[in-house]
Amino acid sequence: MASANAPRPWRPLGVLALLLVGLYGTIALLGDWTPRLGLDLRGGTSITLSAKTPDGGTPSDESMVQAVDIIRARVNGSGVAEAEITTQGSTNIVVQVPDVGEDELVQLVGQTAELRFRPVRAVIEGGAPAPAATEATTPTPGATSTPTPTATPAAAVSPSAAGRAVTEGLAAQTTPTPSPSASPSPAPTPVQPPASEGAPTPEEQAQLDAFDCANLQTGSLDDPDASLITCDEGGTSRFLLGPADVVGTDVNSASAGIPQGEVQWVVNLDFTDEGADKFLESTTNLAGQTFPLNAFAIVLDGRVVSFPTVDEPIPGGSARISGSFTQPEAQALATVLNYGALPLTFEPSDVSTVTPTLGASQLEAGLLAGVIGLGLVLLYSLIYYRGLGLVVFASLVVAGLLTYAAIVLLGEAIGFTLTIAGIAGIIVAIGITADSFVVFFERVRDEIREGRSVRMAVETGWKRARRTVLASDAVSLFAAFFLYVFSVANVRGFAFTLGLTTIVDLIVVFLFTKPMLSVLARSRFFGAGHAWSGLDPVRLGAPGRTGLGRRAGAPAAKEASP
Amino acid sequence: MTRQSLGNRLYRGEVSVPIVQNARRWYLVSAILLAIAFGGLIGRGLQLGVEFSGGAELTAPVEQVADSTVGDVRGAVIATGIGEAADPRVTVVGDDSVRVQTGSLTPDETTAVRDAVAEAVDVAPEEITAQVIGPSWGDQITRQALLGLGMFLLAVVVFLSIAYEWKMAAAALVALFHDVVFTVGIYALVGFDVTPATVIGFLTILGYSLYDTVVIFDKVRENTKGITAQNQLTYAEAANLGVNQTLMRSINTSIIALLPIGSILFVGAGLLGAGTLKDLALALFIGVAVGTYSSVFIATPLLVDLKNREPTIAGLTRRVEARRASAKAPQGDATAEPAAVGGAPPRRPSPQRGSPVESGDRRQPQRQTRSQRRGNGGRPAR
Repeated sequence: MASANAPRPWRPLGVLALLLVGLYGTIALLGDWTPRLGLDLRGGTSITLSAKTPDGGTPSDESMVQAVDIIRARVNGSGVAEAEITTQGSTNIVVQVPDVGEDELVQLVGQTAELRFRPVRAVIEGGAPAPAATEATTPTPGATSTPTPTATPAAAVSPSAAGRAVTEGLAAQTTPTPSPSASPSPAPTPVQPPASEGAPTPEEQAQLDAFDCANLQTGSLDDPDASLITCDEGGTSRFLLGPADVVGTDVNSASAGIPQGEVQWVVNLDFTDEGADKFLESTTNLAGQTFPLNAFAIVLDGRVVSFPTVDEPIPGGSARISGSFTQPEAQALATVLNYGALPLTFEPSDVSTVTPTLGASQLEAGLLAGVIGLGLVLLYSLIYYRGLGLVVFASLVVAGLLTYAAIVLLGEAIGFTLTIAGIAGIIVAIGITADSFVVFFERVRDEIREGRSVRMAVETGWKRARRTVLASDAVSLFAAFFLYVFSVANVRGFAFTLGLTTIVDLIVVFLFTKPMLSVLARSRFFGAGHAWSGLDPVRLGAPGRTGLGRRAGAPAAKEASP
Repeated sequence: MTRQSLGNRLYRGEVSVPIVQNARRWYLVSAILLAIAFGGLIGRGLQLGVEFSGGAELTAPVEQVADSTVGDVRGAVIATGIGEAADPRVTVVGDDSVRVQTGSLTPDETTAVRDAVAEAVDVAPEEITAQVIGPSWGDQITRQALLGLGMFLLAVVVFLSIAYEWKMAAAALVALFHDVVFTVGIYALVGFDVTPATVIGFLTILGYSLYDTVVIFDKVRENTKGITAQNQLTYAEAANLGVNQTLMRSINTSIIALLPIGSILFVGAGLLGAGTLKDLALALFIGVAVGTYSSVFIATPLLVDLKNREPTIAGLTRRVEARRASAKAPQGDATAEPAAVGGAPPRRPSPQRGSPVESGDRRQPQRQTRSQRRGNGGRPAR
């Protein structure tokens, strides 16, 4: 039986060697040998924002995606370098920046993003002034890279909303506010108060000409009652926009679709009663003018998302924006409009700054704790398991190599960052990994106590231990999985490394520890059960070994084979 | 046999710790401990960190902590005139930093307090670590953690019920509950701060406690496979043997798990003073120790109690007791080969395998179990 069932330990060891070569080869190709460290280890500011709808409810997934885009634009616009923006759970957005003391940034990202419809007063293609800029002053209708869709009355016109009286919202438009236009350029210059509509004044034109989209800041500077100089999302066109006619909460809902009998994607807009009146008024003013004065811009958080032209006044509270939309474009626009209808508020839930000094000392402490912990585990293994302790050592080294490679590669692949909690997860995992060896070795020793030869004991002990290891690791994986999926913040980093190291543990036990022991069982030192091997039948009290002969092999093997 | 280690004798059943037999004693011990833990929880409550209660915490490095440091910093913070910072909690952490805790601050107020503290201890504002927590954040992370916990427990119950049996799942869960209540109770009694890192620690205890229980139950199940087909051994005895056989593993594993955790605790508390590492390691250290205890002393006896309610198991116990009552001569049992499960004859009569010392009704069932396995053809009972 022993020969028929002979294990082929070199095969799994070869697979493991290939795996290691593959992992480290990939790292060498990518050229980055260090893991990505979390902010708590390298210093920086982490802002966790909890998003809420105006009525305090849970935001939809679509809104959250939109919110992340908005916050990313704000952070990038603020000039902070290397910012990372991620979502956690269903309502949290985490902004991480490597600088400390970013209290202004908290203010900036914490604002509610508003949607507004503003009449277009001038458009210039290009995100920045041309080097020899004289030609750029001429508006270039229709030639912009942003599609210029048209807003038309929707097929289903709701007659009840038609022909209402002018509302207060429109009064704001017809009566120009005296406040100066807040230009978001680095050096804002007040625009002449009366000229908040129609063609730009020379001063405004000059400002627009000089504006550079690279300097665009969004968020706080978007005053609905003033003119605005801004850019589209890609920073490819500059706009001078009038005060907002319609605001996001005037929109009831929006959807993308292909109307019956047509082939092009359109966006259908449905206004609230108040919004319908405002929109009719606005389109009445726009219709009949020439481009760009017949267009209104849909502005989210200070950036132009789309600017449809208007051919006729649109009554009835329903409108359709058509143009050469692709399906994703139409859906994206509908999402923006819906987001604007229910803008999310962001509450700074957790604002942490860690100085680089503290981060470095935390990392140092974590590594030191790891080294001490590993050393103690080794010492204990050597004392208790003697020769087998070396197998524990080698296995933990392999596990360490695999874990390190995985963390580096996952940092590259999915942006995994190592945090203090993650390091703690790894150190805890030393225990869990070593336990797999303990379970295995104890089983092997049980089999030797039964009187089996070392070689047989390794194989039969493994068959029994394998099940236990799989069952207990399954529980660990469950824990890691559920903690990761359902928790927020630090817990996730911990859960991730716990899961990762559990998988590494399985790989190491199956591909290294077991085959290694099979190989070692053939050696004289382990196979014959040397007193220092940890597999000594005499010390283990195997039957028939009362302290004399240590020829473990022959009789035990014979009796064990059926 | 000379120079036998404890592990060997435990395995052979020569030394048997009557764990299952003394179940009531352990239950009593745990009941008292849990009562104290509950008392601490209700009486003193948990000392929640700033992450749960909401507020701001700023930590500044200090060259040399002087007697006046706390007063200076406190005065500087109060001098900002911010309502939420009117009564700051200022403490010295380690020997080179000072910590200020206030109510929740707006970004502007944070800047003001940060600057005030920086000036008071004479460092640049960029050297100050700060954390500002919104008032509802604690609720949110607690809710998320509880949700994750619930889903995890559900999954584990399903998994254990399928892979093992529902009684094992139930016993494992009770042990788990025991561990968490006990650990949380210690936190309440001693007054350690509960931070998110502590919660991570608690959650890990759940995983570890179950993991540890699964290892023991795996052995118990192996020992009790087909147990009703014989009348030598009660379920309780077979389970007790399983615990004893895995006792060295339990001890080894908990030592090996505690060593790295202890080193985090030592390094975290000794070198850093406070923080994530220390909070986590402290919860884990207590939890792992309690988890090992409960797997051995609570989970297994509970499992036996549950199993004894089954008619077949109760019948087995009656049969075994009846047989023992009729067989007055103890050595008759020791020399006769026990009935093997599956009908196959025992492969090898082996007088060397030790004649277990039979004393009273504390049987040494190890031989029987081995025989059963051998009766299955020497293969693992899968």
